[in-house]
Amino acid sequence: MNPLTDELWSPYIVGVGIGVLVWLGFLLSNKAIGCSTAYARTFGMLEKAVRGKKVEEKSYYKKFVPEIDWEWMLVLGIVVGAFLSSIISGSFRVEMVPLVWEETIGSSYIIRFVGALIGGILLGFGARMAGGCTSGHGISGTIQLALSSWLAFIFFFIGGILTAFLLYGGF
Amino acid sequence: MADGFYKDKRKQLLIGFLIGVAFGFLLDRGGATDFNIIVNQLLLKDFTVLKIIFSAIITGMIGVHLITKYLSPELQPKPCMWKPIIIGGLIFGVGFAVLGLCPGTASGAMGTGAVHAVIGVIGMLVGAGMFASVYPYLMEFMEKSNLGKVTLPELLGINKWIIIIIISVILIGVMYFIERIGL
Repeated sequence: MNPLTDELWSPYIVGVGIGVLVWLGFLLSNKAIGCSTAYARTFGMLEKAVRGKKVEEKSYYKKFVPEIDWEWMLVLGIVVGAFLSSIISGSFRVEMVPLVWEETIGSSYIIRFVGALIGGILLGFGARMAGGCTSGHGISGTIQLALSSWLAFIFFFIGGILTAFLLYGGF
Repeated sequence: MADGFYKDKRKQLLIGFLIGVAFGFLLDRGGATDFNIIVNQLLLKDFTVLKIIFSAIITGMIGVHLITKYLSPELQPKPCMWKPIIIGGLIFGVGFAVLGLCPGTASGAMGTGAVHAVIGVIGMLVGAGMFASVYPYLMEFMEKSNLGKVTLPELLGINKWIIIIIISVILIGVMYFIERIGL
């Protein structure tokens, strides 16, 4: 048994580790870990590249300036960290259609891509409307005992569970 | 920690990146970068995701409240605009099930070779951009239900350490039950 090459660790160890990372975010940067603002900022940067400076006038981009910030670097780090983890454990592989999707909806990667695009749009829109995602509300916010985050966390899962049963539950 | 250190932009961006690398590594080893594990959680067949989140909440709650009590970082609870949180939360939930990943885990999944996660990330960029465009029209509606940056101890008028203990006991109880029934 070598933990470095074990594909999966105990979820409790992983959870405690993530909790410690939230400590580090506060201690080293005075920041709460979150992911979804990075998406809004990135879209703003792309929009700026296409349409020019006037994009900065949008009220939302005054709140979330389209630039590379701490959270943006965090999300970039997640891509790199997961890549390293999967290379070291040997679990890295090109996945076009995940298994549960294939078993319930079908093996067409075009349909999966359309689904992923629609799911992504809903996630991006919903996260920015709710003011955070599974990390920002679900972990960092609940940790701070914020009412907003406990409420968001509950509704993320209500929406998720109902939709998952409709889509993949075999009805 | 000195204020100057928090304002050192280069160092801060590097720290953000390094915490992200560790976060991505942990998410992958937890199985949270896998569509199947997340969807099976939403189907209540596999409780890996909940075990990760609950352990993170318990660990984080205790540490973060000690850090903000004795050291300089401050709590930064998000404002509770309950209407957009409920509506946005439900929209997020639908997307969570359809993509089978969330904003953090989708970027991780991209790193593990999931091509469909790349499409999901593009979707999230578009969705966040769409929100930025309609935000001026929603601002008034959102602000109307703003209860402020309320925390549970403030809302209930109970000492935060008592709430931390109660939440920890409940979450541990749920995890114990899940293990007992073999999930």
